[in-house]
Amino acid sequence: MRLLTHNMLASNVRGATTGYPLKLEASNWCTKEVELNADFIRGLLPKIDWRALVAATRALGLPDLLPDEQPPEEEIFAKGAADVEGSAIRRIHHALLEIHVQQGSLTCPDTNRSFPIDKGIPNMMLHEDEV
Amino acid sequence: MPRPEFQAPPDVFYNESEARKYTTSSRIIEIQSRISERALELLALPNDGVPKLLLDIGCGSGLSGETLTEHGHHWIGYDISKSMLDVALERETEGDLLLADMGQGLGLRPGVIDGAISISAVQWLCNADKSSHDPRARLKAFFGSLYRCLARGARVVLQFYADNVKQSEMIVTFAMRAGFAGGVVVDWPHSSKAKKSYLVLTCGPPSINTSLPKGKGENGEMCSDDDDESSDEDGDRTVGIYERNRAKKKQKTKKNGKGKDWLLKKKEQMRRRGHDVPADTKYTGRKRKSYF
Repeated sequence: MRLLTHNMLASNVRGATTGYPLKLEASNWCTKEVELNADFIRGLLPKIDWRALVAATRALGLPDLLPDEQPPEEEIFAKGAADVEGSAIRRIHHALLEIHVQQGSLTCPDTNRSFPIDKGIPNMMLHEDEV
Repeated sequence: MPRPEFQAPPDVFYNESEARKYTTSSRIIEIQSRISERALELLALPNDGVPKLLLDIGCGSGLSGETLTEHGHHWIGYDISKSMLDVALERETEGDLLLADMGQGLGLRPGVIDGAISISAVQWLCNADKSSHDPRARLKAFFGSLYRCLARGARVVLQFYADNVKQSEMIVTFAMRAGFAGGVVVDWPHSSKAKKSYLVLTCGPPSINTSLPKGKGENGEMCSDDDDESSDEDGDRTVGIYERNRAKKKQKTKKNGKGKDWLLKKKEQMRRRGHDVPADTKYTGRKRKSYF
């Protein structure tokens, strides 16, 4: 599971008000290189919950990957930024699309229901009494 | 073979051996990828080369997702069958996979997804596989959560196999109740094998952009194996739901029953098989008195 999906995912257990953001715990994760597409990031960025994304990267033990506050768009999409190693857009791209959580769990903030992640697939199935 | 949805619940039916077929059977792979191509065409994403974030509901082994990847899109796949997702992992599909039941709602943040496709999955919602399952509640949860997670103006294409007109109507009704606009597009309506129904939905109020695309093969064109010719020409757009009306087999009974000869023959037959059959008397197969 990439952090992009984690950023979109909420729990819908009975009793959860928003069920967001799911608390991420990862015992194993890996990175897989993906080609950077600035237009895709541009379309995606307004939909990203920045704080949840930062919290997720910190949970993976990457405190310096992303700053607390989202950098201004001009800085992210400045000309040629995509080619500079360590630029904001590179870091965002890496955080969203290149990190794959393999083992771990997601915990609903409202109900503390935990969803295990196995082989990179979160198990979001609910029991009958949780629907 | 009856359709899979009549045999067992999806998480049971798509066991390891069934899931294996989706990597080995070239026929299944070809059909699946052709349907996904068509679904993507009906999704009518803007042709600007920008990748989109899409959903694949009932992604299974990721065959339909591969089509999305080929077009450069990112996708999140939902499926209820662990075995199918394991096959998807083996195939190293690009999208993210979630083990979830679509009838329990998708559980996504509002307004974040650019579009969704689903290949042969929605009809499973019409089944009640457990005593706690209520198809209506599950359809409502599914379409409601789908509507919420989509960006305004986003499109959804759901290919499904309805058992009958009623089932198809039920699916459409719940989609409309959730707030979607759209309807069913039927490709190759006159062919029992090649016929495919797509529920094409638009998120948000109806507008000019929400007009339905035309189904293929409605003007009696033949279904060929390479049906790549587009059917974009304008004309009267008819969208219908078709059911094959096959005449029911009539039972051979006459007004006066089957007769004494038939009865004696049957009794003899049963005797030969060693059953205990009452002896033939003058009362056997006798006509009843007419009281009225």
